[in-house]
Amino acid sequence: MLAIKLAYRNLIGAGLRTWLNVFVLSFIYVLIIWHYGILDGWNEQANKDMKVWEAGNGHYWHQSYDPYDFFTLEESHSQIPEILQKATNEGIVTPILLSQATVYPDGRIQSMLLRGITPDQKVVAIPSAELNVELEEIPAIIGRRMAKSCKLKEGDITTIRWRDVNGTFDATEVKIVKVFNCNVPSVDAGQMYIPIEKLREMMQAPNEATIFVIGADAEMSDSVSGWAYKDYDFLMTEMNEMMKMKKVGGSFFYVILMLLAMLAIFDTQVLSIFKRQKEIGTYIAMGMTRPQVVSLFTVEGAMHAILAVIVGAIYGVPFLLWQMKTGMSMPAGSDDMGIPIAESIFPVYGVGLIVSTMLLVLIITTIVSYLPARKISKMKPTDAIKGKIQ
Amino acid sequence: MRYLAAILLLVPTFLWAQEPSGKEILQRIDKNMASKSTISTSKMVIHGARQTRTIEAKSWGIGDEKSFTEYLAPVREKGTKMLKLDDELWIFSPGSDRIIKISGHMLRQSLMGSDLSYEDMMDNAELLEDYDAGVIGSEIYDERDCWIVELQAKTAEVNYQTRKMWVDKDRYIPLKEELYAKSGKLLKKLELSDIKKIGNRWYPQKMVFKDMLKKGDGTEFIIDEIEFDKEIPEHIFTKAALK
Repeated sequence: MLAIKLAYRNLIGAGLRTWLNVFVLSFIYVLIIWHYGILDGWNEQANKDMKVWEAGNGHYWHQSYDPYDFFTLEESHSQIPEILQKATNEGIVTPILLSQATVYPDGRIQSMLLRGITPDQKVVAIPSAELNVELEEIPAIIGRRMAKSCKLKEGDITTIRWRDVNGTFDATEVKIVKVFNCNVPSVDAGQMYIPIEKLREMMQAPNEATIFVIGADAEMSDSVSGWAYKDYDFLMTEMNEMMKMKKVGGSFFYVILMLLAMLAIFDTQVLSIFKRQKEIGTYIAMGMTRPQVVSLFTVEGAMHAILAVIVGAIYGVPFLLWQMKTGMSMPAGSDDMGIPIAESIFPVYGVGLIVSTMLLVLIITTIVSYLPARKISKMKPTDAIKGKIQ
Repeated sequence: MRYLAAILLLVPTFLWAQEPSGKEILQRIDKNMASKSTISTSKMVIHGARQTRTIEAKSWGIGDEKSFTEYLAPVREKGTKMLKLDDELWIFSPGSDRIIKISGHMLRQSLMGSDLSYEDMMDNAELLEDYDAGVIGSEIYDERDCWIVELQAKTAEVNYQTRKMWVDKDRYIPLKEELYAKSGKLLKKLELSDIKKIGNRWYPQKMVFKDMLKKGDGTEFIIDEIEFDKEIPEHIFTKAALK
């Protein structure tokens, strides 16, 4: 207790030097909490978007389907098995049929993935109900990324070319009935959605599908012959890996800040031990043991971190709350990296994040404060009182 | 009167005999176009939306099973080589110093930005194998009297369900060909001109391919030199020859 009181008095006595260190440390607190909060908020939002738009509560993939190998698409569709047909009828799953195709927007040529989807499905958030229209052309919906890359807009009519299951070319006109906004690039980029029955007819693949999406709130994991069950975690693996990498990459910045702050504290400690040798000698002469003096100086250093919590809270809490409310706007085009990114990211601050950040900074500061203080234990009290440099 | 009746009866028979069947026309086209082997030097003029590029190449071919092409110009394409063996295609690019096998979906990509896909280039099986042909009319095209021959696929496993050809009645060489999708939409057009007699066959020196769904003036294929039925060493058609 005496050490804490003395340490506090010494710290405040040091004036500007203390407050500069405290301010830098408080900035690190706020920065770490804000940065991790943004990443957690992004992760939470991306998970939610992925679940709603694409992953659902898992998928069933045709055994030959490999999303990373387009060559498998020609072979990866077959008749819907009974169990999945029953689940489809009950609205638990929705079938999607995939085919490679070419779109000719305004005479330009572009490869794309044609997705057949049930217009009445409610399993994924894709606005497939828009396909429930009677038109001379085939109704199609695309996402804003596809619309941008193909320079297509609602109401445009364009030609698509594809091959049926026998490899014969066919072509027809499609009308863009809806351009939807979606945060998940893998649902949107280079893809066009048309009614599944129409695509089956076009491909000569009646009652066939490539994948099934299980509804976000539905439970299904039965093994189905010829179809591979992919649970939600599997579908999210890639995204979670990317988020991890983002966290590691982002921490580089505040690791540098932390190093600078710790260097400042280390220097402050070295300087104060050097300047306060007489004081150290007096403490020992008055009966304090060497470990007690070491702990006094260590506490003094570590107290920077505690003061930083208070200072950080003064300006950090309003800032973090304001960010939580308004979110951080992401620049246009930032979702082209392939990770789902909403237009604004709302940070999420957990108790664990705040406590662990405080503990982390406190522990590191304590260690950094202790290292120069060890020198005290080697001091001779008589020389120290005389102020002899040791 | 009896003579007149006889003439009227005989004229349709005579005319019928003059019109060859679709199969006969295709057989005679194959006589002109198909050969045991070819060695040619050609230019491919690609008319894109923004610019026109000319690519020069030398090719060696045996029937429709084997072909080897070396690109000679422009500098960017010089040294690129392409080997086709039956249904397989390899490309060597000197820039990357690697041999790449073109398969699956990649075969549908454009050949050097032209209106031809790799697949189109590989699709040179004899028409009689895959199609039933029938003469559906006669028309003057490019100042030549032509049969209009419609080809309908015999099986479902062909690229184009329907084709239409304008075949020169005298020289039995197609002057125009249209390739249709199953829906009846015109996908590609091929125009053949500058027909010359080479040995005992007629052969077009210029072909214009046009992807009808795409903007642009198509791709011209101009033959500068061509030799038929020459001996070609077998080592040319190996992957080793690519590097």
